[in-house]
Amino acid sequence: MKLPPHRRDPLRIAAAVQRLSGLALALFLPAHFLVLGLAIESPEALDSFLSLTQNPVVKVAEIGLVLLLGLHFFGGLRLLAVEFLPWSPRQKTYAAGALAAAITLSCCFLLSVTG
Amino acid sequence: MTDTLQVDIWRGDTNGGSYSRYAVPAQESQTILDVVTWVQRHAEPGLAYRFACRVGMCGSCAMMVNGAPRWTCRTHVRKASKDGKLTIAPLRNMPVVKDLVCDMAEFFDKWIKAGSVFTPTETRNDPMAAIKPDEPDRMNANAAIECINCGVCYAGCDTVEANPDYLGPAALNRAWTLVNDRRDGAGSERLSTISKAGGCHSCHTHQSCAALCPNLLNPTASIAGLKRKTAKAALGLGTRR
Repeated sequence: MKLPPHRRDPLRIAAAVQRLSGLALALFLPAHFLVLGLAIESPEALDSFLSLTQNPVVKVAEIGLVLLLGLHFFGGLRLLAVEFLPWSPRQKTYAAGALAAAITLSCCFLLSVTG
Repeated sequence: MTDTLQVDIWRGDTNGGSYSRYAVPAQESQTILDVVTWVQRHAEPGLAYRFACRVGMCGSCAMMVNGAPRWTCRTHVRKASKDGKLTIAPLRNMPVVKDLVCDMAEFFDKWIKAGSVFTPTETRNDPMAAIKPDEPDRMNANAAIECINCGVCYAGCDTVEANPDYLGPAALNRAWTLVNDRRDGAGSERLSTISKAGGCHSCHTHQSCAALCPNLLNPTASIAGLKRKTAKAALGLGTRR
């Protein structure tokens, strides 16, 4: 899919990543709370469900989830800085920094689950 | 570069329209406005478009060129197209009048809504205000003051597209210059106006306006300044003027 020319600037793409990661996390959270709720109703059912996390496919999905979380968290900090700190001309550097921090976070998670 | 440009120009009116194709001779240092003018003079006398100064000062010739809003008098064909193909359309986010002419009334109405009219606090009989060029407020205003009202930022803004009430980057950029003008007497009213729905807090910080502005202004920086000022005013930390 080719982006229209007025949406190709890296900062415009960073804004889209912020929205899409937020949307994906919003879809994940209800399922997350539903599973955590099993701890109250049936600890055995929770343990049985958590055994799924040993599945390599679920591990890869978890890394993706951590990446989404990192993108949304560090991107959100970038947006707060844009709106509440004195203006800086280094906007693209900050966006790149947020991306780097998110990738670092997910790589750390990858090391922790494979180490 | 090819000898002939393949140019698709949107032709129509408020009821709709479609693209017509023209073969335009390519020339050295040819601008998009040169191309449109060639079509109007040699192929399609009924083509409607706007231009005036041809040197990037009047802000009247902006159009969508290969999908991006541009000032056509200062955009060379070779910058907009590598293969000699051009698609030229009226600006986004504004109603079409005819062909490449769009109705900018709402765009300018929003300038007024944003409190963009200077409200003097002194008369011509008072001494001239002494404002040093290096005062922080003056430097803030300086960075935003060279807007030529071309509408490129407004056409490139996805928030304007999604929210018809949004005042848009140009109007808020103008408001920022007045917020930083200590001769102006409508500061608190202006901050109150632009804090409402459709004002500065409706901006999603896409920064497309800054990327597209032909005069290299940064309306996002101005809007971020307004967000800080209005937030401070809401907390009772701002200065009232």
